Amino acid sequence: MATAEVASHEGHHHPTGIMRWLTTTNHKDIGTLYLCFSLTMFLIGGFMALVVRAELFQPGLQIVDPHFFNQMTTMHALIMVFGAIMPGFVGFANWMIPMMVGAPDMALPRLNNWSFWILPFAFTMLLSSLFVPGGGPAAGWTLYAPLTIQGGMSVDMTIFAIHMMGISSILGAINIIVTIFNMRAPGMSLMKMPLFVWTWLITAFLLIAVMPVLAGAVTMLLTDRHFGTAFFDPAGGGDPVMFQHIFWFFGHPEVYIMILPAFGIISEIIPTFSRKPLFGYTTMVLATACIAFLSFVVWAHHMFTVGMPLAGELFFMYSTMLIAVPTGVKVFNWVSTMWRGALTFETPMLFAVAVVFLFTIGGFSGLMLAITPADFQYHDTYFVVAHFHYVLFSGAAMAMMGGAYYWLPKWTGHMYDEKLGKIHFWLTTIFFNVTFFPQHFLGLAGMPRRIPDYALQFTEFNVISSLGAFGLGLSQLLFVYIIVKCVRSGVRATDEVWERPRGLEWTVPSPAPYHTFETPPKVI
Amino acid sequence: MIDEPTVRGDSRANRRLIARLVLLVFAMFGFGFALVPLYDVFCEITGLNGKTGIADARSIRAADVDTSRMVTVEFTGNTANGLPWEFRPQVSSMQVRPGEVAAAVYIARNTAGRPIVGRAIPSVTPGKAAAHFKKTECFCFTEQTLQAGETKAMPVRFVVEHDLPRDIRTVTLSYAFFNAEAYAGTPPAGRSATGPDTAKNTN
Repeated sequence: MATAEVASHEGHHHPTGIMRWLTTTNHKDIGTLYLCFSLTMFLIGGFMALVVRAELFQPGLQIVDPHFFNQMTTMHALIMVFGAIMPGFVGFANWMIPMMVGAPDMALPRLNNWSFWILPFAFTMLLSSLFVPGGGPAAGWTLYAPLTIQGGMSVDMTIFAIHMMGISSILGAINIIVTIFNMRAPGMSLMKMPLFVWTWLITAFLLIAVMPVLAGAVTMLLTDRHFGTAFFDPAGGGDPVMFQHIFWFFGHPEVYIMILPAFGIISEIIPTFSRKPLFGYTTMVLATACIAFLSFVVWAHHMFTVGMPLAGELFFMYSTMLIAVPTGVKVFNWVSTMWRGALTFETPMLFAVAVVFLFTIGGFSGLMLAITPADFQYHDTYFVVAHFHYVLFSGAAMAMMGGAYYWLPKWTGHMYDEKLGKIHFWLTTIFFNVTFFPQHFLGLAGMPRRIPDYALQFTEFNVISSLGAFGLGLSQLLFVYIIVKCVRSGVRATDEVWERPRGLEWTVPSPAPYHTFETPPKVI
Repeated sequence: MIDEPTVRGDSRANRRLIARLVLLVFAMFGFGFALVPLYDVFCEITGLNGKTGIADARSIRAADVDTSRMVTVEFTGNTANGLPWEFRPQVSSMQVRPGEVAAAVYIARNTAGRPIVGRAIPSVTPGKAAAHFKKTECFCFTEQTLQAGETKAMPVRFVVEHDLPRDIRTVTLSYAFFNAEAYAGTPPAGRSATGPDTAKNTN
């Protein structure tokens, strides 16, 4: 498919130690920084989830007080969404997009450095809000007014943290779009780009379209809190439901920002281990664009119960169900790629297959939630919690794990420990299902979310869920160990790593040299 | 800066693309704020969001009165946290004929030792009745000021229009009174609140 002429210049003078990382403009260094940051946040956010699950292990209040419980659910979500998943995908984009399109680096390397280094400050601000008087933000990651108009100083810190991470995301998105449009190697036409690049291009446009709207929403909160405006306060002529509309205008495209790059990673892994090209490449690209477009007209399905008129409920119900069509196209394309392929199940493929299967379960529970009359029953119950963990953990997070195993040999030059990788996969998949599958039943039985205590009849499923959560959390320490082990040692990886994989990244040596494609490769 | 890569893309093309994308970012930031009036206009045109209409008394003709049925109108009222007023309807419900102009009175008393400005936000349930419930006169049209200890009767005149769907036999008019001292002088609330439940949380 592609041949590449690789030029590597290892002779440059680099600053060493901490200064190398602070001043780096190299896309691989910055990709590594993003990925390490994402993993750190994943562990911190995971720890908070375990506080939540520990409290829910038994009915009654045992470990934390309700206010701290609310801070934990809020912070867990904010950290996982903005700290783990989004920067994780940006890390993959930084590492892989220039190599996949045959570019020497990102188009705007200094901006790249800046977009990363905003993040540690944003999250220091967010995490330190736990220690100010009144504790951290406790209104849920959706920050609904009027509750957030009342909160303490931590709400302001959260607002500023969101502003900073929003700026970081927008700068990252601009960089990715410019790189993809202007830095492709000669011959790399748009419709020849790997699907990961395509999904990121569309994600970047989504980021640019909706992160500013979130910035606007939290700015309105800020001015309502301190500067006498009344966007969300009825006493001044505002409307609290307005916040929900503006938030979810951001929030629903945000859901696809967190899943489209995962689709991209899966679309790279499955063809390699099926030893077939991706089935239906063009339809994959169109389906991605279609999902992105539809994401702008479905937001109010998050708020069916606010008292919308029937016409609105019907519109948002049908538009939401429509999204199942392009998503179904993708699922069938992945299955068709595997169909009659020469399949092998190395760790990345195990993760990819699990993502297809488990994400589809999350998709189906999403369709159940889309049915307006049913949603009145499911709204704000554990069914919703189960649903979005099936799409975000077994969709986004597990796709990233699969992607990490897939490209680790290219990044480090060593094969990871295949046996440990498979153990990590099975532990993660089994404990994930033990944790979240019972939550479907809890939700259907009426257990509300974001409550530290529950009625006795919910005890058994909560015990199972909490045990699963601790297993799931501990299994991730194995993931960290495997990564560290792979960075330090291991069997030398070949340049191709896998059996005849497609894509320019496999034409450069393993580990990928500091500079790649300074001379553009010839794309045939 | 170290390791400046060779820029493959034409740097002028880069700048042009960046300028467009930055413009898009600012446009979307503005769009977020524009959503506030846009929703309002949208609800006004479509009659969504349970808005009660304002009717001109002269446009209501006696001929429109529908004598074939009666509609029960219930009244409730509550105050949000931070407003030390007592506030209740004089009667809890009344029977009206569609098309006839009726009047109800709410009683408000300021229990604090200082004058306070309040603002009432109306809401009508069921939602689909809201478009057929018109007020010709209401204390919710303007801010209300009560002196320390003052009691005031607050009238509301309304019409349940004759095109109210026949399956609706009871309509509830609810007011949430908010402390509006922080906003005194701004134009009156243009839209209805979403109901007493959300209103109660506001401080």
